[in-house]
Amino acid sequence: MNAVRYAAVDSWIVAKRDLIHWVREPVRVFANLAYPIVSVLIFGLVFGSAMNVFGGGDYIEFLLPGMFGQTIAFGVAATMMMVSMDADRGVTDRFRASPMSQTGVVAGRSFADLVNSSLELLVLALCGLAMGWSFHHGLLKALVAFALLLWLRFALVWIGIYLGLLVKPEAASASWMFLFPLTMFANTFVSPELMPGWLRVVAEWNPLSSTVAAARELFGNPGVGGDSWAAQNSLLLAVLWPAVFVAIFWPLSVVKYRNLSR
Amino acid sequence: MLAEGLHKRFDGKAALDGFDLAVPAGTVCGLLGPNGAGKTTAVRILATLLRLDGGRAEVAGHDVVREAPAVRRQVALNGQQSTVDDVLTGRENLVMWGRLYHLSKRQASLRAEELLEQFGLADAADKRAKHYSGGMRRRLDLASSFITAPSVLFLDEPTTGLDPRNRGEVWREVKRVVAEGTTVLLTTQYLDEADQLADQIVVMDTGRVAAQGTPDHLKSKLGGDRIEVVVRNSDELPVVAGVLGEDAEVDHDAFRVSAAVVDRVAALTRVTSALAAKGVEAEDIALRRPTLDDVFLAITGHKAVAEVQS
Repeated sequence: MNAVRYAAVDSWIVAKRDLIHWVREPVRVFANLAYPIVSVLIFGLVFGSAMNVFGGGDYIEFLLPGMFGQTIAFGVAATMMMVSMDADRGVTDRFRASPMSQTGVVAGRSFADLVNSSLELLVLALCGLAMGWSFHHGLLKALVAFALLLWLRFALVWIGIYLGLLVKPEAASASWMFLFPLTMFANTFVSPELMPGWLRVVAEWNPLSSTVAAARELFGNPGVGGDSWAAQNSLLLAVLWPAVFVAIFWPLSVVKYRNLSR
Repeated sequence: MLAEGLHKRFDGKAALDGFDLAVPAGTVCGLLGPNGAGKTTAVRILATLLRLDGGRAEVAGHDVVREAPAVRRQVALNGQQSTVDDVLTGRENLVMWGRLYHLSKRQASLRAEELLEQFGLADAADKRAKHYSGGMRRRLDLASSFITAPSVLFLDEPTTGLDPRNRGEVWREVKRVVAEGTTVLLTTQYLDEADQLADQIVVMDTGRVAAQGTPDHLKSKLGGDRIEVVVRNSDELPVVAGVLGEDAEVDHDAFRVSAAVVDRVAALTRVTSALAAKGVEAEDIALRRPTLDDVFLAITGHKAVAEVQS
């Protein structure tokens, strides 16, 4: 019982450290938010008129769920960065040599990251609403859509912890070079139907596409559907993909963390 | 603290190769050696951060492998890097660690108050740590290791990168906690640091104990300070040797004469004026303390070879 209580208390203390950082140094939060907001403006207002949504529909309506998805996906880099910096600065060692709950360390990390991503989604949604995006199937379905996005974020926390323990902060900060194309070879900005054959398959089966397609469906935004099995079962896959990631990377992270002592 | 025949390998290379250590409670043991000698590896094993491949170790009466959680409750680790959080204030840093050591909110803030007072940080308690000086950060880092008044404290190169004044401050704090009964295992590359703080010095080389004893004992093995005079002209070497005394060593190739001295400044004055009186114009006169390399040369008979450590 004590173990559970300490895991909760310790994770709150670890998370609180991050939350204080954001409150005191809001520059970093704004810097993180600037990219998706600027993207919405550029893609919505500059490229928007030249963009076609497969099956018809307004591009801003199509774009916003894609931007939500990309923001969530970029979160993996944020987690990696924090984890690798703590390891590099010896903070992780101090945690490990202390009597604190080892579950607390990672639970605190995921809690702080989920709070951060929720905030980003909120700001982005307000920005979208101002530009003409909306949800059409009621608040409840919209909340389910956000829950699915955060479910993906939770899975990415574990990938981020694993990779963060694997690499140095310098490498972690370069991870966006890989992330960027990965978030574009998806249905985020352009319908896969408009891509060349092989890329279309990649985009359709990209786990990010499942979450984005599910969100579009729940929001009632255009660009839903497609011939592929993946596109027709996006809701199911939006639940399954993150579950698969958690199942793989949770144990991998735990092993990696333990093996710091090897 | 006790270690017997510790072995540890990284990628097939031995980092510890039969390392033994015995530190009586309430004393300071200085672990001396160059980079790659295995100092940090030894500390990390004793602090339960690394698994050992062979041998056994006890810290504060508990086995570091089988009773790791019990060891963690009694030890504190202060690593080479600062774990101070720059965005938090000094007080918040200490309260955070207090809470992570499972003190209640009230206890944690009382303890933070005490530590800020003890470590001379009370005036800067509510300033963010990023505005602290190097010495203040180090003291705050140290203070956070003392949350639970640990019975064993591991200090891994505590003054690397600090200026002399800040080093003095850190030494003073270490002496204070030792006076309160804490056992300290200190790794350092500086001979004078071990000299200042340690009751016992263990010199490490390639994962093993190369020599151990009290600072005085090791120094007598080494010999003390030396004075070195470099001249322009080799004809002047015998004259200089005469001034420096009977045990002067003459290096004809480097135009250099050196000799052991006892009283540093007095010896320098004496040699300078004697040389001036004899009309010898010296290129350079210097006092040299034995360096860690000298310790190594004297004790192991070979130069310290830095080995890559992960």
